[in-house]
Amino acid sequence: MSAERIELGPDEVRHVAALARLGLDDAEVAQLAGELQSILGHVATISALPIADVPPTAHSLDVAGALREDVAKPGVTREQALANAPDPTVDGFRVPPIGA
Amino acid sequence: MSAPWQKDGYEAVIGLEIHVQLATNSKMFCSCANQFGDEPNTNVCMVCLAHPGAMPVANSEAIRQATRVGVALGCRIPETSEFSRKQYFYPDSPKAYQISQYDQPLCAEGLFRVPGEGGFDVRLTRAHLEEDAAKMIHAGGEGGRISGSAGSIVDFNRVGTPLLEIVSEPDIRSPEDARRFLTLLRATVVAIGASECDMEKGSLRADANVSIRPIGSSEYGTKTELKNMNSFRFLERGIEAELERQLEVVLGGGTVQQETLHFDPVAGTLSSLRSKEQAHDYRYFPEPDLLPVHQTEAGLIELGSDLPELPAARFDRLVAAGLTEPTALALAVDAGLAGYLDAVATATGDLKTSANWTMGEFSAHLNGAGLSADQSPVTPERLAALIALVVDGTINQTAAKEVFGVLVEDAQATAAGVVADRNLAQVGGDDALGEIIDAVLAAHPEEVEAFKGGREQVIGFLVGQCMKQSGGRADAKALQGLLRARLNG
Repeated sequence: MSAERIELGPDEVRHVAALARLGLDDAEVAQLAGELQSILGHVATISALPIADVPPTAHSLDVAGALREDVAKPGVTREQALANAPDPTVDGFRVPPIGA
Repeated sequence: MSAPWQKDGYEAVIGLEIHVQLATNSKMFCSCANQFGDEPNTNVCMVCLAHPGAMPVANSEAIRQATRVGVALGCRIPETSEFSRKQYFYPDSPKAYQISQYDQPLCAEGLFRVPGEGGFDVRLTRAHLEEDAAKMIHAGGEGGRISGSAGSIVDFNRVGTPLLEIVSEPDIRSPEDARRFLTLLRATVVAIGASECDMEKGSLRADANVSIRPIGSSEYGTKTELKNMNSFRFLERGIEAELERQLEVVLGGGTVQQETLHFDPVAGTLSSLRSKEQAHDYRYFPEPDLLPVHQTEAGLIELGSDLPELPAARFDRLVAAGLTEPTALALAVDAGLAGYLDAVATATGDLKTSANWTMGEFSAHLNGAGLSADQSPVTPERLAALIALVVDGTINQTAAKEVFGVLVEDAQATAAGVVADRNLAQVGGDDALGEIIDAVLAAHPEEVEAFKGGREQVIGFLVGQCMKQSGGRADAKALQGLLRARLNG
């Protein structure tokens, strides 16, 4: 782990936004670049700590397991599932054409 | 291995990524039913629809089955594995990420052996657990394909169902070997009951990573990923078509582009898929809502001892017992038929004869009637009783086939009963056969002269006449011997 500071410029913001299918104008890009930079800066303080010998953990507590028995139970009805859908069909969620 | 694919100084380099849908009762991270073919959007809940605040809990049976597959495939099972989020934005994933595994998969490197003549080993990179995506039904457009579609309907029944992704190293050298490898791997997963692996229903899906390189090179060429090969035949044909395409590009002085291709089995052509997240910028990170999975040594030993005989081992056993490789392979990949054979052979004590009947008359009967081995009215015990009558010489092959037909038609009939009712017992005694031979020889003096004059093939005709005279019941072997002795005497 290096304590190197990661610069987050407008290009990185636009790339991440494109992956999330977010349309941002230039003002928003500039604003988010600043906000995300401050988050990265906060995380960077961890990189500065002498933790090279500390193994990474997947969870903050030293626990594992917590599994579920394989028993099927009813979830929600289709009507409930579709209740918040903006453009449902009789039995499904309609989504816009997948554009290139 | 089978003959490697080599042309114009280039060889094939093939690796497979295989998705297996695990046969659990419930989904991977919620309690919705894991059920194919139900009405759309009826097996859904807040977790798999990704409503805010809904938390996943891993299915213990999915982990158990996936681990068993890993053990059966010769994978190392690490003590700890963990789930990660794979981020992508697409309507088939309501969370905008898929829970998968990244750098700590459930099953680590393994080695899978494809036995038999031209057998080969395939190293496995890993096998990891993940959740399946929703099913998209592409309305409008031509042929339901993504491009040109006027919108899509999403069915979330499949989202969150447990998938095991098995990744091989690029150790396969021909399209035929790819099919062989997948055939045996499928049979292995089916044998341990982890999945039904039905390619038509999508519970087994295979993608291929394909590249070519100069023969003898140790470096890899640029690979393309082939998707949508939903049958063993299409897998082989798709890889073949892609190898030819790459060879043409390279021989034409061009370079192969890394891309994902869709194989159209009807046209036999490949087209580039550009719609879904080509960037491969998945930004994996550990899934904070799930705990790591720990495996204990005791648990793994129990899983290993619980495995049934696996296809590769069954193949070896049957070949060692004297069966031909094609017969052994057919039985190795068909647990139902193999179990049937074992039951018949246990009763008769004669594996080879039992295998001949199982793969011959019995298989033809199953195929004709559309039955599986355990659905047939001809139980192993009934077939074994029939085989015993053949082996001890009570009836000959012709009569045995007739008896088999009756056993199929009449579930109450016994082999011995049919033989008695229809008077099928073999005419085998020297006296009885002698009488028949006398009559036939007397009736065919010309053929007898011809034989004595050196036309030995006439004996076939005479045997046939004797067999006819006996009503098909003569012991063919004894008949041959006696007839020959008489003519030469």
